[in-house]
Amino acid sequence: MTRAELLADDPLWLILIKAVVLLLIGPLMTMFMVIFERKVVAWMQHRPGPNRVGPWGLLQSIADAIKLPFKEQIIPTTADRKVYFLAPIVSVIPSFLAFSVIPFGPQVSIFGEQTVLQLVDLPVGALVILACSSLGVYGIVLAGWASGSAYPLLGGLRSAAQVISYEIAMGLSIVGVILYSHSLSTGDIVDAQRDGWYFYLLIPSFVIYLISMVGETNRAPFDLPEAESELVGGFHTEYSSMKFAMFFLAEYTNMVIVSMFATTLFLGGYMAPWPISLIGDNYLNTGWWPVLWFMGKTMLLLFVFVWLRGTLPRMRYDQFMRLGWKVLVPVSLVWIVVIAGIRAFRNEPNISTSQILVFGGVALLVLIAVAMLIPDKRARAEDEYLVPVTGGGHPVPPLDLEVPKPPKRRSLSEAKVARKPAAVPAGQSTSDTPDKESE
Amino acid sequence: MSAVLAAAAAEVSTGEAIAFWVLGPVALAGALGMIFARNAVHSALWLVLTMLSLGVMYMVQQAPFLGFVQIIVYTGAVMMLFLFVLMLVGRDSSDSVVEVLRGQRLWATVLGIGIAGLIVGAVSRSLTDVPVENLQQQNAGGANVNNLGKSIFTEYLFPFELTSALLITAAMGAMVLGYLNRHEKGMKRTQKELVEARFRGEYERPSPLPGPGVFATANSVATPALLPDGSVAPESLSRLIDSTASETFSDEIKSVAGTEPGPDAHALTPSTKDTSTTDTKNTEDTEETR
Repeated sequence: MTRAELLADDPLWLILIKAVVLLLIGPLMTMFMVIFERKVVAWMQHRPGPNRVGPWGLLQSIADAIKLPFKEQIIPTTADRKVYFLAPIVSVIPSFLAFSVIPFGPQVSIFGEQTVLQLVDLPVGALVILACSSLGVYGIVLAGWASGSAYPLLGGLRSAAQVISYEIAMGLSIVGVILYSHSLSTGDIVDAQRDGWYFYLLIPSFVIYLISMVGETNRAPFDLPEAESELVGGFHTEYSSMKFAMFFLAEYTNMVIVSMFATTLFLGGYMAPWPISLIGDNYLNTGWWPVLWFMGKTMLLLFVFVWLRGTLPRMRYDQFMRLGWKVLVPVSLVWIVVIAGIRAFRNEPNISTSQILVFGGVALLVLIAVAMLIPDKRARAEDEYLVPVTGGGHPVPPLDLEVPKPPKRRSLSEAKVARKPAAVPAGQSTSDTPDKESE
Repeated sequence: MSAVLAAAAAEVSTGEAIAFWVLGPVALAGALGMIFARNAVHSALWLVLTMLSLGVMYMVQQAPFLGFVQIIVYTGAVMMLFLFVLMLVGRDSSDSVVEVLRGQRLWATVLGIGIAGLIVGAVSRSLTDVPVENLQQQNAGGANVNNLGKSIFTEYLFPFELTSALLITAAMGAMVLGYLNRHEKGMKRTQKELVEARFRGEYERPSPLPGPGVFATANSVATPALLPDGSVAPESLSRLIDSTASETFSDEIKSVAGTEPGPDAHALTPSTKDTSTTDTKNTEDTEETR
């Protein structure tokens, strides 16, 4: 039976169990990620991190989860109340929906019922995750607008622009995977990686996906919508209590989702990694074992998220947009053309490999020749008013600049003599300061 | 979902009927809300609701690709850009009631009625004439996307390319109309150009004005900055801040305190004023302590 047939065969109770487990994964992973992130960042910065609640502070996120909802809720008077209440909900729900198409494992038996560890296997599974992430942004944008104050609005605007531009790059990076796997269904994409994972077959796609996934989830170094040094707290400045907790939940669940999606698309999904897959005729790739590999790969990507946050400074907004539109999008477009060309040549039976190499080489030479013909950028040397600049591009002061004379320095021996009166014992008035005089 | 899709025959299945009767009113409510909402952002949100329920309807009617693309493109990208613009406009701004184009309302009414007539005509025809088509053949083996792609790039290639050409033309037009050459005269200068112009002497001074001083006793912007020799940097005092009144009334303060500089043999030398101010300060301090 195929994956879709197995899933269609599920009884209602099994579907309910799967749905409940998927609902729990989000909050549990969030609680885990909070302590994981704080501990890892602390480890990177040579400090202990949270260490008060529980052994090694491991219960810190439980304490946080209890504390947050019970805090006082403050709603600004200028807030648009309906949208203000709606925004956190809108940002949480789509991130939970996206779990439904992630394949956690192959065929297993749950209480004697053969099924696949996945809720649904839609023929357009990859699009479901893209759709969910594009809906989740509404939460952030609306939160920014509904708060009725300036900084959240700026955060919301930034978020809208950011997510739209990085979603394009993300969608284009997925196209390569789809061209190779011939399917949009997440389960089929994992199955298609049996002969080789896509992260090394499609390196440019993988790199672009990794960058755009960080941009899409508003995480450092791309956390411009909540840049605390510029926008206080960004879109969630005016949120407190449970509503803030929901944004928190949405952000971390989104991180988990994009990591799981990256695992599915590029890291072979639930399949066992190479040396392990050799053990016992790939025994560890059957039954419940693959869940372990899947979660391991996801954790690896989540660690990358934390690592980036601990290492890189936040980008400036225009640099960030330039990276998205002028680097990621054109590179992925060119890469898609290359992939399509390679596949077209491969499908042609009359063309041998050596012919492809020869023609590819000739094409490369022509490209290099064309690149040589492009004239260099001409310096604006003809401008007579041009200020002379140093090698580093810094302007130098004008030639007629008057440099102030340095103050006269007393010689060392003079200074010693002048300092002498300080050694006079206290109580004996030698100096005539105005304060003493007034007394 | 695939079970639902497979079961959907020419006749409307129970699942589809339920979905329709849930989604239909929601879509309608969204459309009405969009028209009657006072606030432009609320209006856009109602429209999002309508688009979402349309997307789900496509999915129910065996077109999952179309449904999700509807959500990604229309709800995710197009409406997001709408919201972006509305948020920039500001929440309290209302529509202008002044007609900029002459006869705009008249033509809007005429054309609106015309479009409504066309839509009603099309819908009423689809209720009677159009045969019910089952998409099972097109969706065989989960190949909805493959068949869609095949027909776009074979049968409907020309319309598809035409549509993309139209979109690119629109985008190019917007870019041409909205493009401002920053290097032209009268445009805002870049940071580098500004620095060069400053050093060229086009501005009063090459560096920005000194900021206010920050002392342990005050962090007010009215606090003057001190120059290396200890005197007050006059440029650091803001002309806009009230507290500079103390500077304005400094002569009166001096006359009341009786600390005006008396007749001075060195009055013509420029440095007298500076020393007198520092003296005043000292004497004021002493008077307070008394």
